[in-house]
Amino acid sequence: MQTVTMEVKNEDVADAIRTLLGRILALDEIDAVMVPGRLPGSRSVMPLLIHDPDQLDNSDPLSPAFALNAAKQVCRLTRTATPKRVAAVLRPCEIRAFIELVKLKQGLREQVIIIGSDCPGAYPNKIFDALTREGDDSGADHGYVKRPSVDESSLSKACRACEHPMPTGADLAVCLWGVDTGREVMVDAQTDSGREILDRLGLKATPLPDQRAAAVETVVAERTRFRDSMFAETAAATDSLEKLDHYFAHCVNCYNCRTACPVCYCRQCVFETNLFDHDPLQYLSWTRRKGMIKMPTDTIFYHLTRLAHMSTACVGCGQCSNACPNDIDVMSLFRTVAHRTQAAFDYQAGRDVAERPPLSEFREHEFADTAGLHWRKEA
Amino acid sequence: MQSFEPLIIAFVCNWCTYTAADLAGTSRLTYPSNVRLIRVMCTGMVDPQYIIKAFLEGADAVLVSGCHPGDCHYINGNFKARRRIRLLKEILPQFGFEADRLQLTWIGASDGIQFTQTMRELTERTRELGPVASRSQMVF
Repeated sequence: MQTVTMEVKNEDVADAIRTLLGRILALDEIDAVMVPGRLPGSRSVMPLLIHDPDQLDNSDPLSPAFALNAAKQVCRLTRTATPKRVAAVLRPCEIRAFIELVKLKQGLREQVIIIGSDCPGAYPNKIFDALTREGDDSGADHGYVKRPSVDESSLSKACRACEHPMPTGADLAVCLWGVDTGREVMVDAQTDSGREILDRLGLKATPLPDQRAAAVETVVAERTRFRDSMFAETAAATDSLEKLDHYFAHCVNCYNCRTACPVCYCRQCVFETNLFDHDPLQYLSWTRRKGMIKMPTDTIFYHLTRLAHMSTACVGCGQCSNACPNDIDVMSLFRTVAHRTQAAFDYQAGRDVAERPPLSEFREHEFADTAGLHWRKEA
Repeated sequence: MQSFEPLIIAFVCNWCTYTAADLAGTSRLTYPSNVRLIRVMCTGMVDPQYIIKAFLEGADAVLVSGCHPGDCHYINGNFKARRRIRLLKEILPQFGFEADRLQLTWIGASDGIQFTQTMRELTERTRELGPVASRSQMVF
């Protein structure tokens, strides 16, 4: 079966998705479902691994919270083969990150049924916290689903600049845009596994509505415009080393951006090794040469190296900015650079599990003008 | 700026370009002393961070030089290096490093003359470019 419809009652789209998850969890071959949900007694929304169908009431599959990119959690569940599979509800950027991690041998794609949905975007942690603190406890449903005209400015910048809000790569795609979500949501199978699952759920088949393509295009066009102006602003703000220094002036080398990054998969980052426990004389030699240095050192070195190491895998989820204690706009810079590095290799992170990461392969005949002395004679 | 003497860091592979440098030496050929050679076993082991570090620490140009395609002693290290250089040529110019400051060449073990010519040409071009803009203002 290709596409099915799920009835929406009382305009509660999230509940329709919960019903879908309940049916999937009831299948013999599915052991558990990972889905964002409220921790009991808390305002916090985190990925929950649910085995007991009764616990699905805690799930909040369309929550506007985005505490972490759950791709690494899916890797924990799929590192080795298990007798049964799990299902996971993921944002499009989490799906892309997981696909990158599968390529890097951190998880097994076939061990998980991925359920994605059109992504209206998420709030930064601080804004979600403030909103729920003010007593807006309705978080079960995403305001943007109900009110397409919601003021987007409170959404995370990464989400506003996200030109891939579709759950590409998911087994099952929950379609919200171009669908009358007051009445129904549609679930579209995007893989063979997805079709097999739908066949066994006993739901009503339906074609996708014609207006869907146009609705998707509108969202993508708006976000692409936002993204392009973000690229231009960020490039202008960092086009010299001095400006780059200013951009990261508040960086305290906490490496939270690295920890939060779903595609930074090294067990131990070189920046956390004793390679950077410099001899005291080294610092003195630097300050003698420059007259003054900032402590801790190696800040720009760290960010440039991370750009070189992971920008080709950057999926633009924005968790680096979310994790920064000093509100540095890390995401804008990483996306700006990643856009160029991925284009250089005709690559798009998370697009296709069959594509190999650009730096893990090579061709004999390529990039002819990269080798040999070639001068760009600027004016 | 007349007295500007560029500092050039060259990562050269043990089997080809370093051997070419050795040949240049034993042949009593000369090349500018601006170039500091760092011998590595293969260009395929030059992590982008080595190059970034060199630039941040004062290099005005960085050269990575190894065996011609097909001659790599580790079969394909030079092809991997080419992709990494391609990557850095996309990243570094965004922060004010002219793309010309980073070069990759293939210089075989018997190319002593070509080695000295390459070093001369790179030194001249870097001298034209001058020092890396605004690096002196960086406090890291």
